[in-house]
Amino acid sequence: MTKSKSTHVYSIVPAITGYVLALSLTLTAYFVVVNHWYSDFWAMVVIFALAITQLIVQLVFFLHFGKESRPRWNLTAFWFMLIFLIIIVAGSIWIMNSLNYNMMQMTPEQMDLYMQDQSGAGF
Amino acid sequence: MSLRQLTVAETGVQAEKLRQGPTALGFWIYLMTDLILFASLFATYIVLLHGTYGGPSGKDIFDMPFVLAETIILLTSSFVCGLTMIALRKANKQLVLVGLGVTFALGAAFLALELYEFTNLVIDGHSWQASAYLSAFFTLVGTHGAHIAVGLLWILVIAWQVFRRGFTKGVVRRLTSFSLFWHFLDLVWIFIFTIVYLMGVI
Repeated sequence: MTKSKSTHVYSIVPAITGYVLALSLTLTAYFVVVNHWYSDFWAMVVIFALAITQLIVQLVFFLHFGKESRPRWNLTAFWFMLIFLIIIVAGSIWIMNSLNYNMMQMTPEQMDLYMQDQSGAGF
Repeated sequence: MSLRQLTVAETGVQAEKLRQGPTALGFWIYLMTDLILFASLFATYIVLLHGTYGGPSGKDIFDMPFVLAETIILLTSSFVCGLTMIALRKANKQLVLVGLGVTFALGAAFLALELYEFTNLVIDGHSWQASAYLSAFFTLVGTHGAHIAVGLLWILVIAWQVFRRGFTKGVVRRLTSFSLFWHFLDLVWIFIFTIVYLMGVI
């Protein structure tokens, strides 16, 4: 069973397909930004979508993701990692933005003054 | 671990067995934890994005055609590494050595370009000491670069073993793990390219 699968997975055609797809996704993202094809917000959305697409392309064509036989522990570990990743990244951005908002975004000079003020207070 | 040379048919079967076996799973779990390390560095970078302390932000210091060249070189290196794994399944020793050589050359070119970029930034006074933003930038991109450097050393060791021993069980196992590692580094770079460089200049 695994033998027929391996000859299918490890051949030159999927490798080249993956490479061409990844290359065109990279170039598209690059030109979207450099040539200002969209407004700033939409450019962000488009290049992030392209990055996620390329992630999937490389996982499937280069890392042969999901092609293992059951019980697929690799996949389990991947989803587990993804949950952690989202909590760490989204959580940090959320918390720190909220902190910044409540600190009202000081300038460097104000921050220096603030830190001098606080230097005796347990820092 | 026996040092017996595997036959051509055995090499392919061994490679497939390893891909599904406990070593590959263990190595995969290491890669997943490494991704969590990178996720923390990405989070730090995004949080410190505006902490430039009056210094330059990404827009002022990134040379985009240069970064695109780096990206394409690393992607090609990852692709050649994939081709090397196909050659391994055919137990073609010469082709595997050539593949590892090309993977190494492209990886080394990538690292050289990155170090050149870093050197220029430091010479211009934009070192990691200049601002929180630049600290986060150098830590994130530098950690990826350090992984690449370790990968390059790993290629040299494996190539030497393939050359001396041919395809033994241990060598096939190391090659399989290495290819996972190298593809994984390219995956991380996609996000550095997108989040640090592309989003930096928008």
